[in-house]
Amino acid sequence: MLKIENLHANVGDTEILKGLSLELNAGEIHAIMGPNGAGKSTLSYALGGRPGYEITSGSVNFDGEDLLELDPHERAAAGIFLGFQYPVEIPGVSNLQFLRESLNSQRKSRGEEPLSGAEFIKLAKEKSALLKMDMDMLKRAVNVGFSGGEKKRNEMVQMGIIDPKLAILDETDSGLDIDALRIVGSGINAIMRQPDKAVLLITHYQRLLDEVKPDYVHVLADGRIVKTGGPELALQLEEEGYEAVAA
Amino acid sequence: MSATVPLPTRRDETWRYSDLKALEPHWPLPEAEKITIPAGAGWDEVIILEGGADETIVRRIDLTLGWESIGNVHILNIGGGYSRFELTVTMDEEAEFNLGAAQIGGGSQNLEIVTNVKHDMPDGQSHQVVRSVLAGKATGTFLGKIDVARNAQKTDAEQSIKAMLLDRTATANAKPELEIFADDVKCAHGATVGELDKQALFYMASRGLPPAEARKLMLQAFIGDAFVTLEDDEKRAMIEEKALAALEKIS
Repeated sequence: MLKIENLHANVGDTEILKGLSLELNAGEIHAIMGPNGAGKSTLSYALGGRPGYEITSGSVNFDGEDLLELDPHERAAAGIFLGFQYPVEIPGVSNLQFLRESLNSQRKSRGEEPLSGAEFIKLAKEKSALLKMDMDMLKRAVNVGFSGGEKKRNEMVQMGIIDPKLAILDETDSGLDIDALRIVGSGINAIMRQPDKAVLLITHYQRLLDEVKPDYVHVLADGRIVKTGGPELALQLEEEGYEAVAA
Repeated sequence: MSATVPLPTRRDETWRYSDLKALEPHWPLPEAEKITIPAGAGWDEVIILEGGADETIVRRIDLTLGWESIGNVHILNIGGGYSRFELTVTMDEEAEFNLGAAQIGGGSQNLEIVTNVKHDMPDGQSHQVVRSVLAGKATGTFLGKIDVARNAQKTDAEQSIKAMLLDRTATANAKPELEIFADDVKCAHGATVGELDKQALFYMASRGLPPAEARKLMLQAFIGDAFVTLEDDEKRAMIEEKALAALEKIS
């Protein structure tokens, strides 16, 4: 589904990704772990097409398409969802309006009929119930006045509504207490654990991986994948630290 | 008598950012409209200033609010080439004045709103919300003077002024001005000039919203601040629709 080959990316004049290669197939969940500054967030932003993250060489193929040729909103329509480490507040724009217009823009670009107001509300209710989020929060402005945990939960509600093929989740577990982590974890499983979908989980900690069992674990250090293994690699990292394992 | 008043110059504070060339053929201006609201009454006014790029529009209102009366003024200023709204409000005891104003301009438009709210008596409150969105080489100005007289204790006067520049070539002027002679008053004011939040634009794009749609949603919300206090749903829908059309024209 996603094939990243020898990806190099700069932020400003600094090279952050230095030849990263990674392949995800449908039905797989991959975790990327790594020390601070390894390039984890840069990878997610580079895949999302965030301005300021310049790809200097390498390729990214998504479902047979050159991802790097697409604008950020086209990548979303192609089926990529980016879960933000720091979800952005948008004053004055309600979650419902934002998500409905986003979803319908995606549907339009795929040649699908837009959802009616009633159809959309039904979908939004279902997904917010899945994440145990009060529907009233969806009527409020996007992330404004939400706690850190509520923002992360809102990301997952958005993911449920948008129903992507590939979710790239950047430290979705940070800022969550144990109960919220469990809810978010089971949300990710319910929405994304499907034979035609894939997940790239970027995380620092083993905790989320107890909830969402990865098929593969990769260690990212200094802009490259330096080690790949099964779920046991995450446990080993937790015990021995990055330096010992990645060396 | 007004015929003897000379054309203002840049040295006149309330005309400092005006298009004086565009003003000249219309000078001297007719007297301001005088509106007096009796004690306990309410006045709701929705004003839209619009016209062609070569038009000059000047509208002046002199509003007197009686004891315990309420004046609600909502303005959308989208031009002419030069378009100015001037409002003087004189407030009696316990009077309330609310202004929600938006200016949307592009090209070389010069749009301005100039208010002078005079709290002459105690216990009055005034709330002014002004939002400007400017593109191209447009200029948008808000000059808001608040006078609180010596005996106007317990006055609550509030101003929120924000401008959004869509291009670096556009100009926003925002000038809150407070003259307070009473000692027990609340006067809050804030003025900001900014650009669209790039992080928010990327966030919205990452959900599939094309850039033009994302900008539209954000600008609509920004301008919407000025009209949330407009209680008449039909009029609010009308003014928001006009604002949206103006936004689409400039962005």
